[in-house]
Amino acid sequence: MQVHRVSRQYVIRKLLIMIPSLLGISVVLFSLLALAPGDPFDELATNPAVPPEVRAALRAKFGLDDPVWMRYWHWLIALLQGDWGFSFVSRMDVSTLIMQRLPVTLIVIGASQILAIAIAIPVGVLAATRPYSLFDQVANTFAFIGFSLPTFFTGLVLILVFSIQLDWLPFVYRADIAATGWAFYWEHIKQSIMPVTVLGLFQGAALVRFVRSSVLDVIRLDYVTTARSKGIGERKVITRHVVRTALIPVVTLVALQMPIVFSGAIVTEQIFRVPGIGSLLISSMLANDTPVVMGVTFVSACLVVIFNLIADILYGWLDPRIAFR
Amino acid sequence: MALVSALALAVILFAVLAGPFIWRVPINEIDFAAKLQGPSWKHPLGTDDLGQDLLSRLIYGGRISIAVGFAAMVVAIFFGVLVGAIAGMSSGRVDAALMWVTDLFLSLPQLPLLLLVIYLFREPVKGVLGVEGGAFVLIVAVIGGTRWMSAARLVRAQFLSLREKEFVEAARALGASRLRQVTQHILPNALGPVIVVATIDVAAAIIAESTLSFLGLGFPSDVPTWGSVLRDAKDYLDIAPHWALFPGALIFITVLAINFIGDGLRDALDPRRVL
Repeated sequence: MQVHRVSRQYVIRKLLIMIPSLLGISVVLFSLLALAPGDPFDELATNPAVPPEVRAALRAKFGLDDPVWMRYWHWLIALLQGDWGFSFVSRMDVSTLIMQRLPVTLIVIGASQILAIAIAIPVGVLAATRPYSLFDQVANTFAFIGFSLPTFFTGLVLILVFSIQLDWLPFVYRADIAATGWAFYWEHIKQSIMPVTVLGLFQGAALVRFVRSSVLDVIRLDYVTTARSKGIGERKVITRHVVRTALIPVVTLVALQMPIVFSGAIVTEQIFRVPGIGSLLISSMLANDTPVVMGVTFVSACLVVIFNLIADILYGWLDPRIAFR
Repeated sequence: MALVSALALAVILFAVLAGPFIWRVPINEIDFAAKLQGPSWKHPLGTDDLGQDLLSRLIYGGRISIAVGFAAMVVAIFFGVLVGAIAGMSSGRVDAALMWVTDLFLSLPQLPLLLLVIYLFREPVKGVLGVEGGAFVLIVAVIGGTRWMSAARLVRAQFLSLREKEFVEAARALGASRLRQVTQHILPNALGPVIVVATIDVAAAIIAESTLSFLGLGFPSDVPTWGSVLRDAKDYLDIAPHWALFPGALIFITVLAINFIGDGLRDALDPRRVL
């Protein structure tokens, strides 16, 4: 397969398409915030020490009496300038707080996606090359079981087996490991195994079925028959000719599943107490820390949009017909 | 597989619906002498940390979880069919705008959004409808409101191809109004795939509700649902594993059964799929 360069025009076009979706997301989030009852100055209203004039002046100063679109505009400008507000609970800027937590989440999500792909592609391809065989049926059943198992239950069962019964793995994720060198990395890997497995198996189960149907679609095409009739071995036909084409739609699916991966990450971070943005979201919700909640929701929405962009660009790279349309 | 699943689901539905009339132990009877016990004749599924009977709590919780699943599915399918039908019948700008909104909602991370809505609107809705009713309405509304997109795209695609078919053209030639064309001719023919999506939506909604309750942002923990029982149980995994295993297994079996039924329906309703 000849690798070609994605035209710059295509990338720019995709970047421009991203802007309205990000704006749309910000509108959705802001309208939720604006529609929600409750007023930051409610407490002042019940406080007899604050006279009504002071309250009115404060409201005017923070622009609470402005029309909705003006408040949205101010909010958006502040967001773009990196002023995401101040966490009531942690006593620090929301952006700093999120930046501290984000890498852990990205590592866990990335590792679990790699695990999911590493399981799904071989199993899906094997199942598709022998449709309705015993292997196919077993794989299909396991895939069904895999995505019917809620992540919180799988997580608890893993803890029960590997931490409590066998005592092999720690079930609380710790950021402050007091070891250095190899021991440090080993501890980190050990505590990441269970969260990554839970997420990876869930994702992998959904992917297997998709890889299988995608390969089945391709395997019947004429060019595959041509390759076979040229005398190329079956194994080579599958790896060189079928899989390469069949994986193109899989790239899109992996990106489209990012919202689901984030949902799963929130749950697993909560179970294993991984200090990522998911557990930050839950703990700030339970502590009524609205600026953090808004920030994390916006960041996760942005990440999803960015992953979609990456998938689009990859897609254009893998399939030249798309980029030159 | 689908038949076995239908049977399993029927058993669970029957147990949940008829259970309270057969197993008459109250869900909130506290008995510290019998706390954290494993399964026994007196408490077939054991007890929790307050000595409350798990069987009756799970029966009650199952009613809520399954009711939420079906109600959220109805909401999601209603909006999905509505948006999809409007987009499919009107072409041009309306269609493009509706599909843009659909794609936007598809790219929003669902769980953070669900959590955000519940976080912002929990208190006021509780004030209007009471603790349990408020939580029910809110959870059904948000799960349904964030799951209509796949149904909408499906219905739109079906409408786009069906509205050009001869039988619809014939109806149009006979002077049928647009509404009549849609309700009498197009919609009934688009229903097959919608039923499949609806089935799978029930399973997804049950998982979504359990996840919310598990995270402590769904039903309050004095209202037992499968998710909230699991939430309470997760801190006692080492001494009372049965407490977590039973609700988890119930969620799993229900969801698996519904997914298998959906798969079976897909095979049954799609005559084109050979091989």
